[in-house]
Amino acid sequence: MAEQTLVDDIAIISKRWKNKEGSLIMALHDLQSRFGYIPRDAALELARQMEIPLARIYEVITFYHLFKLEPPGKHVVSVCMGTACYMKGGEKLLEKAKETLGIEPGETTPDGEFHLQVARCLGCCGLAPVVTINEELLAKVRAEDLENHLSACKGKEEGKGDAS
Amino acid sequence: MTRLTPNDLSALRDQLRAAEAKTFVSVGMSTCGIAAGATPVFKTLQELVAARNLPGVVVRQVGCAGMCSREPLVEVRVPGQPSVMYGNVNPELAEKIIESHLSGGVPVEECRIPSLEEMAVFPGDPEPDSVNRPLQTRIVMRNCGLINPDSMEEYIARDGYQALAKVVSGMSQDDVVSELEKSGLRGRGGAGFPTFMKWKFTKASKGDTHYIICNGDEGDPGAYMDRGILEADPHSVLEGLIIGGYVIGAEKGIFYIRAEYPLAVERIEKAIKQARAAGLLGKNILGTEFSFDCEVRLGAGAFVCGEETALIASVEGRRGTPRSRPPYPSQKGLWDKPTMINNVETLANVAQIILRGGDWFAKVGEGKSKGTKVFAVTGKVKYAGLMEIPMGTKLRDIVMKDGGGTSTGKPLKAIQTGGPAGGLIPESLLDTPVTYENLQQLGSMMGSGGMIVMDETDDAVELARFYLGFCVDESCGKCAPCRLGGRQMLTLLNKIADGKGTKADLEEVKKLARAMRTASLCGLGQAAPNPVMSALRYFEDEFTKRLVG
Repeated sequence: MAEQTLVDDIAIISKRWKNKEGSLIMALHDLQSRFGYIPRDAALELARQMEIPLARIYEVITFYHLFKLEPPGKHVVSVCMGTACYMKGGEKLLEKAKETLGIEPGETTPDGEFHLQVARCLGCCGLAPVVTINEELLAKVRAEDLENHLSACKGKEEGKGDAS
Repeated sequence: MTRLTPNDLSALRDQLRAAEAKTFVSVGMSTCGIAAGATPVFKTLQELVAARNLPGVVVRQVGCAGMCSREPLVEVRVPGQPSVMYGNVNPELAEKIIESHLSGGVPVEECRIPSLEEMAVFPGDPEPDSVNRPLQTRIVMRNCGLINPDSMEEYIARDGYQALAKVVSGMSQDDVVSELEKSGLRGRGGAGFPTFMKWKFTKASKGDTHYIICNGDEGDPGAYMDRGILEADPHSVLEGLIIGGYVIGAEKGIFYIRAEYPLAVERIEKAIKQARAAGLLGKNILGTEFSFDCEVRLGAGAFVCGEETALIASVEGRRGTPRSRPPYPSQKGLWDKPTMINNVETLANVAQIILRGGDWFAKVGEGKSKGTKVFAVTGKVKYAGLMEIPMGTKLRDIVMKDGGGTSTGKPLKAIQTGGPAGGLIPESLLDTPVTYENLQQLGSMMGSGGMIVMDETDDAVELARFYLGFCVDESCGKCAPCRLGGRQMLTLLNKIADGKGTKADLEEVKKLARAMRTASLCGLGQAAPNPVMSALRYFEDEFTKRLVG
């Protein structure tokens, strides 16, 4: 990414949060929704503009599950492993996703298309088991349908990283 | 909207109520409903109503009615007639509803399900006879599924902000606390601490600024009542927060909400803006001296942040690790100022207690557990969903009546309540009335109200392993008993579950559980052994039969 764009992007985030006490997590959410993850140069720039030590930023990023340090791939697939989903076949869905994509949770396919992760309850237990692909929530998913949903995504340009 | 005074608010309510004499076709459009396909149903209904030119028929979105397994839901409410609810509606059925019910006046029986009025008693309803009494009583969920969550007017039409008006125009802070004391309301987030005491203590703490925080960090896997309430009736939570702010003398409130709940965040943010524009929030609320404002802060995926001191650390923009108490947040909380933290469901009760009185509230419930509790009944149950149940109801009735029994048709084995901090209750004990104390005596807890139904094919050891695995993943790592004890216990439990454990391993598990309970810093570590210990209490044979030697 071009140097100046990065500075400008971070300036928008910094302007929104800098003068609000304790808003680092909110700033990081904004940053991640801009880039899809927290790139190191963006974290450095945020540290400079918000006048927060870089170590403080990394200590927060690494504590919370939602913040990512690696580009997540175009399509983020979250298999819910909350209790209800776990009991109703969430594990089978995760196996299927691992097998179809050839990666483990937390990894991204080599072509950068898919990122697989495990979610701890998406609060849709009445529709268990559930999977989200990017922002879309799929209800009562069966293992055989998951493959179709995944192949339907391939090539589509709607990953979180490209949003906005 | 212009800024309101208490009189304006009542006039507006009456005016809005008069305007409600229309036929409403309402579609449940919370996260569950949308995921189940409510959007195309909504569009079909809108298009058909426009095409058929049906005068006085309004198609609108409403929040979650709690009948999650039967989404998409469509409710038809014709003035002067009982409402009709439809479940599992698709666009074809939506067309039938328009043709048959709205044009012809004949309900579509094939997808008809019990209406909300048939399922629950609402505040202000005449008390039904005990034989025909519906299982649910909806105080917290009084508006869920009945109003458009994006419309403050619809909330106002159903007595919204009347409690706030009553408080700021004539009740002292002590009056409110005493009403809460009479009500017997206890915290709905887990521990069941009396709410009035929290309010009283924080109010009494000296400091130039006080804060109130709404805890919407609903992390229990299998519990989603807070999401349901925030998405379906955000103003009811906001009204509770503002009243809390008034009582403790806070100028600022914070909604701390899980980032996994984008729609809940969007709806509460909208509610805040609407309330601010109407003078219900901000400077000189309802034309009085009282000023209070609030903002939303997001979690970032850490279960431990539901713990009060960890939550405060997270709101301050730090790693969400708990600290030892005292000092309690009511003395030294956010930015070291006196801080009161209430759960979403707790706050949603407040307005009704103020409006109808603490004595009215205390009539519902049993013993020291007053009012209702919202349960998220899921797992192997026929009708999964959110059910608001009067305290003192038998556990079996929840699962068998509104839950409809097991989804598989196989015999019920047990239920699990309280999430990762709770435990199992076997079928033989399900006639126990649900109260904080009873659940604790059975080795479980109320927790936030998750209720997982297990049939005879479900394995107690597996579920114990699942919950312990969750707590190990979510341990913040600050104190050794939780960080190391949990890990060690999981290793042993895995060994046992895989058929390689010995009797000595099982004894070691029990020893570790005692150590974690006694020595962990916060509730997460103290309660993490509960699912394992309660599985051992009722289903020890499932462990022992796997042992070698």
